[in-house]
Amino acid sequence: MKIGKQTIKLESKPCIYSTSSIVGPKEMQGPLAQYFDLHIKDVYFEEKSFEKAESKMLETCINNLLIKSGITQNDVDIIFSGDLLNQCISSGFAIRNFDVPFLGLYGACSTFCEGLLLSSIVIEANVAKQVIASASSHFCSAERQFRMPLEHGNQKSPLAQSTVTGSGAALITNREVADNGIHITYVTPGKIIDLGVTDMSNMGAAMAPAVFSTISNHLTDTGRTIDYYDYIITGDLGIHGSDMLYELFKKEGIDISKKHKDCGVLIYDEENQDVNSGGSGCGCVASVFSSYIFNELKAKNINKILLIATGALMSPVSSSQGESIPGIAHAIAIENEV
Amino acid sequence: MDIILTYGKVFLTGGLICTIGQVLIDKTKLSPARILTLFVTLGVIFTFLGIYEPIVEFGKCGATVPISGFGYSLFKGTVKAINEKGILGIFTGGVTATAGGIAAAVVFGFLASLFSKPTIK
Amino acid sequence: MNTNLNISNSEYDNLISQKAQKSPILKNILLAFLVGGLICVLGQFINNKLMGFGIDKESASAFTSIILIFIGAFLTSVNLYSRIGKFAGAGSTIPITGFSNSVVAPAIEFKSEGYVLGIGANMFKIAGPVLVYGITSTVILGFVYYLFHFVF
Repeated sequence: MKIGKQTIKLESKPCIYSTSSIVGPKEMQGPLAQYFDLHIKDVYFEEKSFEKAESKMLETCINNLLIKSGITQNDVDIIFSGDLLNQCISSGFAIRNFDVPFLGLYGACSTFCEGLLLSSIVIEANVAKQVIASASSHFCSAERQFRMPLEHGNQKSPLAQSTVTGSGAALITNREVADNGIHITYVTPGKIIDLGVTDMSNMGAAMAPAVFSTISNHLTDTGRTIDYYDYIITGDLGIHGSDMLYELFKKEGIDISKKHKDCGVLIYDEENQDVNSGGSGCGCVASVFSSYIFNELKAKNINKILLIATGALMSPVSSSQGESIPGIAHAIAIENEV
Repeated sequence: MDIILTYGKVFLTGGLICTIGQVLIDKTKLSPARILTLFVTLGVIFTFLGIYEPIVEFGKCGATVPISGFGYSLFKGTVKAINEKGILGIFTGGVTATAGGIAAAVVFGFLASLFSKPTIK
Repeated sequence: MNTNLNISNSEYDNLISQKAQKSPILKNILLAFLVGGLICVLGQFINNKLMGFGIDKESASAFTSIILIFIGAFLTSVNLYSRIGKFAGAGSTIPITGFSNSVVAPAIEFKSEGYVLGIGANMFKIAGPVLVYGITSTVILGFVYYLFHFVF
């Protein structure tokens, strides 16, 4: 049911039944290493190209999800999946090996939440019982599509974020089919917000206004305050983007810095891992939510979170044509049954 | 003693040209491809204006090894060819003078791609 | 609370510049100066050696370029030039070895798309503009030179 301006209340409270994650070698050197299900030792993952490696990673991740959930692909009604590559090839090629209807998504780094959001809506509408939402990214395939060849010697801006090599997948179920007490209660699809940032190496700042818009609309629509949630978790604003978000809230007299975590900041050790402003990419929020955050929810260390994945909706073409970077952010309220 | 002085001048000139490039990268957000293009074009223009030749005399490889030196070779080759062959030299001179470098880059690039693949550490 | 962004594009732009972490410019400049200078010294050393073998000045200079281009290509293909570039910045971009790197890096990268449309079509993805604008400006100014010296 739609409430307020842009929020949907999910009466049936779809359940996030289980999750699966896989990451690359660099992410395994980061502080969240112990939480990931699987990892690849080499960025090629025994494939001939980075694109093939990314597809294989996503396929492995979804297979692992099925095993963890104790179901087969025949039990899955739909897979929502997306990635950063042109025509969503990582997802398409990963999911061609499954005998399951596939709906491809593009929301840049917001894709994982877009998938969760759509999954929970189809469950709410009772047109599906078990749905998978997944997303992936790969540092090397993203670099070659969006930036420079890997072997080109150049310096990154300290504001630039580093694409995470990783995939995450979640199984969303109708509570009558399977329930573990972790529910999606509200979803707030975001509006595109563009404050004219053109710097391709400063995505965090380009996306922060969209996050502000989505959070504030979500709170207004639900009548909640920041304090309702244990954490507000954003997917990839990075260090600089998070700073910009705090500034935007500060203007409204609200301090969210104590409630806020960012997946792009969590996944790496900024001091020692040479990632500039932190991680980004569809795989960042997907893998961090599917490992660390979901673990914390299951352990009931945290019970109410607002998960917001953010996307920068530009391409190298639009940037070459001088366009600014439109930002988007989708929010999912995830609550433990207590 | 002379040799040390020469190398000192080379180091200073080359270092300064790269420093200008670094300041442009950090201050203006120009991408490396744009910097290379800018420097080669400026190399051509400064050679045309007679400014680059004295820099080369002073800094030697310090002025010819940076990509602006590629512009210097292009224009110097053009002038030489014009003086020898007339109007045709306008078109043949530049690329003739730099053919070695261009062919080397193409061939080494091709060979490298046969034996190497990109990776991250 | 207010759900609209009470901030104009230019105000936001100012806010970004206030908060943005700046590049460590002094360190970058120093490294660019050192590495750039050293590559040029290496070039001079090669050049002097060649001339010591009795090679004439013009050929020596062309050979020097070719050798430096080889060194740049080699370091790129063993995955080292990108690391040098990370700390040296313009110091390794601007010398001719950097030109070589910008030809070799896409050649290696696009091999996965095949020899013709991959390597062949993408080799000059970054360095192409150098040739386009280098040659174009040379021909235009060459024409001007010709006018001044032979026509008027």
